[in-house]
Amino acid sequence: MFETLSDRLTSVFSSLRAKGRLSDADIDATTREIRIALLEADVALPVVKTFVAQVKERARGSEVSQALNPAQQVVKIVNDELIEILGGETRRLRFAKTPPTVIMLAGLQGAGKTTLAGKLARWLREQGHAPMLVAADLQRPNAVQQLQVVGERAQVAVYAPEPGNGVGDPIGVARTSLDEAKRLNHDIVIIDTAGRLGIDQEMMKQAADIRDVVQPDEILFVVDAMIGQDAVTTAQAFMEGVGFDGVVLTKLDGDARGGAALSVRHITGRPIMFASTGEKLEDFDAFHPDRMASRILDMGDILTLIEQA
Amino acid sequence: ARSQSALGRGLLELLSRDRLDDDVWDEIEERLITADVGVAPTRAVVEELRTKVKVLGSRTPGEVRRLLREQLLAQINPDLDRTLHVQKHGERPAVLLIVGVNGTGKTTTTGKLARVLIGDGKKVVLGAADTFRAAAADQLQTWGERVGADTVRGPEGGDPASVAFDAVAKGIEEKVDVVIVDTAGRLHTKTGLMDELGKVKRVIEKKATVDEVLLVLDATTGQNGMRQAQVFAEVVNITGIALTKLDGTAKGGIVISVQRELGVPVKLAGLGEGPDDLAPFDPEVFVDAILGE
Ligand SMILES: Nc1nc2c(ncn2[C@@H]2O[C@H](COP(=O)(O)OP(=O)(O)OP(=O)(O)O)[C@@H](O)[C@H]2O)c(=O)[nH]1
Ligand SMILES: Nc1nc2c(ncn2[C@@H]2O[C@H](COP(=O)(O)OP(=O)(O)OP(=O)(O)O)[C@@H](O)[C@H]2O)c(=O)[nH]1
Ligand SMILES: [Mg+2]
Ligand SMILES: [Mg+2]
Repeated sequence: MFETLSDRLTSVFSSLRAKGRLSDADIDATTREIRIALLEADVALPVVKTFVAQVKERARGSEVSQALNPAQQVVKIVNDELIEILGGETRRLRFAKTPPTVIMLAGLQGAGKTTLAGKLARWLREQGHAPMLVAADLQRPNAVQQLQVVGERAQVAVYAPEPGNGVGDPIGVARTSLDEAKRLNHDIVIIDTAGRLGIDQEMMKQAADIRDVVQPDEILFVVDAMIGQDAVTTAQAFMEGVGFDGVVLTKLDGDARGGAALSVRHITGRPIMFASTGEKLEDFDAFHPDRMASRILDMGDILTLIEQA
Repeated sequence: ARSQSALGRGLLELLSRDRLDDDVWDEIEERLITADVGVAPTRAVVEELRTKVKVLGSRTPGEVRRLLREQLLAQINPDLDRTLHVQKHGERPAVLLIVGVNGTGKTTTTGKLARVLIGDGKKVVLGAADTFRAAAADQLQTWGERVGADTVRGPEGGDPASVAFDAVAKGIEEKVDVVIVDTAGRLHTKTGLMDELGKVKRVIEKKATVDEVLLVLDATTGQNGMRQAQVFAEVVNITGIALTKLDGTAKGGIVISVQRELGVPVKLAGLGEGPDDLAPFDPEVFVDAILGE
């Protein structure tokens, strides 16, 4: 349905191919198409604006004017900048000096936190760790049970002292989970929390309270790759409300372009650490910035286009 | 929420200037884009608005605001029939099928919808045709107990179509008014799972008419929402949309394109996680939220 960026740039390029140099108007035409492509990939508008402005500035610089084919050079700049931002200083999970390492998950309703808890636990268990899942979503109907089933599938322990469905105190559960982990020699604790809206002050405070009692080594913000322009507002709200150290992008097995990756990275400066790519526990991967860049901009086609230019 | 109100104020301020300059049009465009309306539809709206303003010679900001609001309302077509078809067929219950991608709010919407129908004096049976996700049937059953509906469930990992069939069979046997079948979340790109959904519907149709197929769309969804709607419409012929999580900061602007391209009306709005947080979709409220008023 949507034209791809390469479709659009083809028309811009065909007029550029004859020329050696890029005029300001040429650069404007190219960046305008890039802007639309980013918006259609659900990159948030404020992020698109800054990003395009940066690209424009570099496009006016000497690396482009001295390039053999300036138009190609602009596209290359876009690709490089995207990978640069998405990748940044990537890093691995931080483990505590004295175990247990505490990982807390936070995000909007339905983002994929509970599923991710299972995936992380399974992945860490396979690396020789002994993780324990903690059921601190006591709100959503049968969230506790869901985590128990997930834990069973991942073959890891689940700490679920409260029944949930509105009964029990998530902060208390989080607090006692640390002693339980020490007692049972678990070196990693993964805390599943209830989904919450950025504007829900009360629930945000609850997340902050959980954070304060467990002092996590990692707070991971779990975000659905299908999210649109709201990514900025929501990421900011979680950043301010509870803070986070890394991002996990979920449901990447679909066909959403996943512009949120750029938005969240750009706005919060936090690295995207993992990709969730399915409903099964093994559908889990490290995040690959280059793949994400080409996904956002449909770059597979673009690279062909550059070769043809 | 902060950026939203700032933008909203910006729009009002701009529109209360004496002259309509490019900033005004840019601001309107940005407003729509940040509501997930999409680039092309936004451009179309703004272009048309500019023409109208020129033709009508509108000068006052109030007029332009009214025109923009009118135009957005026209896009969402307030005249579409948004009633839910929940009437019995003689002895047979009405059947509602709830579909959508993962985590949009299908099970919650099923529970809330049952609550509304039961409040209207109807008897409702729920079918837990999500046999895949961990504790999905338990979640639906909790909702059933909360609102006063029986839940039909099958073995974990079992055939969802046969659970749906059993739920409808029970509904007929017990002469209930409405059967609501909740299905597993599935991405529209997974052909195997989409085929499975088609089968769920066909199997129900051996017993009864499916009166509504509701696509549950999450308001935070961006442009991908269009693809979701297209594919679900092809596979199970959706008859309505439930737009959930409108209690957050997302506006759900993608439904404008979805409605226009598929002609399927948004019928319900999800406004929270509680049993009473479901409302009929109101185009005016929706448009005003986009405009930030
Ligand atoms: N296709 C796909 N589905 C996923 C992925 N991650 C999670 N899901 C599905 O998304 C839905 C929601 O996942 P959950 O893990 O329950 O999400 P949550 O964030 O814990 O939800 P709440 O606790 O209700 O806020 C479920 O149907 C999951 O199976 C993924 O990477 N790909
Ligand atoms: N704030 C808010 N949360 C909602 C709304 N509707 C559903 N939710 C929450 O979103 C999460 C997912 O809801 P579910 O009903 O489990 O979604 P689902 O589509 O059945 O998910 P799967 O079956 O896993 O695909 C839960 O935490 C719900 O409480 C809504 O209108 N507003
Ligand atoms: Mg959960
Ligand atoms: Mg469900």
